[in-house]
Amino acid sequence: MTETAVQPPAWTPDQPIVAIREVRKAFGELEVLTDVSFDVMKGEVVCIIGPSGSGKSTLLRCINALIPINSGSIQVEGQEVHSPHLDKLALRRKVGMVFQQYNLFPHKTALQNVMMAPVHVLKEDKAEVEARAYRLIRKVRLEGKENAYPGELSGGQQQRVAIARSLAMNPDIMLFDEVTAALDPETVKEVLVTIKDLAAEGMTCMLVTHEMGFAREIADHIYFTDRGIIVEHGPPATFFTDAKDPRTREFLSQIL
Amino acid sequence: MLASFQDFFRQLAEDFPRWNFIFFHDPVQADRILTGLGYTIMLSIACVILSVIIGVAGAWMQGSHLRIPRMIVQGYIQFFRNTPPFVQLLFFYFALGQFTPTYSPDGWLEIPVISNVGWAIISLSFFAGAFNVEIFRAGIEAVPRSTVEAAEALGYTRLGIFRYVVLPLAFRVSLPALNNNLVNLVKTTTQAFAIAVPELLYQAVSIWNDYPSALYPAMLLLFVVYILLVGILVFGMHRWEHAMRIPGYGN
Ligand SMILES: Nc1ncnc2c1ncn2[C@@H]1O[C@H](COP(=O)(O)OP(=O)(O)O)[C@@H](O)[C@H]1O
Ligand SMILES: [Mg+2]
Repeated sequence: MTETAVQPPAWTPDQPIVAIREVRKAFGELEVLTDVSFDVMKGEVVCIIGPSGSGKSTLLRCINALIPINSGSIQVEGQEVHSPHLDKLALRRKVGMVFQQYNLFPHKTALQNVMMAPVHVLKEDKAEVEARAYRLIRKVRLEGKENAYPGELSGGQQQRVAIARSLAMNPDIMLFDEVTAALDPETVKEVLVTIKDLAAEGMTCMLVTHEMGFAREIADHIYFTDRGIIVEHGPPATFFTDAKDPRTREFLSQIL
Repeated sequence: MLASFQDFFRQLAEDFPRWNFIFFHDPVQADRILTGLGYTIMLSIACVILSVIIGVAGAWMQGSHLRIPRMIVQGYIQFFRNTPPFVQLLFFYFALGQFTPTYSPDGWLEIPVISNVGWAIISLSFFAGAFNVEIFRAGIEAVPRSTVEAAEALGYTRLGIFRYVVLPLAFRVSLPALNNNLVNLVKTTTQAFAIAVPELLYQAVSIWNDYPSALYPAMLLLFVVYILLVGILVFGMHRWEHAMRIPGYGN
């Protein structure tokens, strides 16, 4: 055990699992996030929608410290993500992330993709991880595809392997970044079903999506971002029908 | 069997005096060739392995976010790629060799800790390694940033990403270019001749100096042996390339 100077008060599940406060992020001159604040509670499903380039992917990347922020604070289970003392591994085993382009490791089979991180990063027992990987592949409805390489799978199948790969780390929160945007319409549904199963089991999920029907069905809360700020938010029941801000209304009218 | 083989070449040398395959009928000369072949194979294997290790390590250092290691690798590449390997060899052996510590097993002889064979391996490995760094770097650049990001998001460290994700993918991309460079390396081992490493060329030249009638046969032997050695290397590399092919990926 290493000594740490200041122990933050322990996080309890009644506090926000993700707390975002006045986050500002710029790439050089380009302000991508101007002032973003919101909370996500444990077990909540949050959807982030908004026009392309409004900073949605950037926000998700900041949450698991793939990129630094300029100011503000992001806490995951009470741990400050952008502190110099951050234990990146501890954060990333808590926060799973799934990408638009799946980003599987092409030289490994589906099963190996799921097993790799727990074995290499968490140094878990290989036999145990393998049993878990088989279970996860069954859970995303890909039994029989364990030994297929990513290049031999359809986009929807690859994306489900990517979800299983994230779940293998036993995360507390899952981030989904437009995970169906690159898929054929026929395979979108199979991925959405997988996410819905997860949400139903109580997984905390943050989704960036353009599937409005899905967002309405699954989300507890919807955030609409435009040019780096949250313009409007609310539960789906009111968000889709009573949008106040003209930017939200315009966006919804284009996409619905 | 062996006797009749030797008799055949002895007779050939009598009938055609310019074609004295002396190493096929004189056991002493045969020994010299075998020793030479042994050194050539040993040099080749040692240099191939070392130069690949240097290539991987250099490519890793080049990806560092610190400036110093990147500059060291860049300087190394510039020096070894832009000067003749022959001059490098002479420099290592005659210039650096002077400063190597020696030991004296009997109180009389002064034996340097790095022999001429050692210097040949070092010099040729660094020479080929400089090209390998560039070859692997090109392979590494072909690995998509998004694949690396996925590994980062899974908690991999920079070293873990390099070892388990970037290197296996980059290696596959690099194999054809690596293949070429290693073929060149095997051929370049003949330059160790200049610092009296008793490899195949050295032995062949010694033989035809002693027996001018063996000049043509020894040259012929050199060509045939190098064609075979390089052939085996290329065959092995192609088999390897094939074995590493990923179903549904690339091509
Ligand atoms: N690494 C980066 N460097 C520079 N600019 C970036 C980088 N990542 C994203 N951006 C820019 O930030 C803006 C927001 O990008 P992004 O978060 O991907 O938006 P969204 O996901 O909402 O479409 C875009 O203008 C994009 O070009
Ligand atoms: Mg995006």
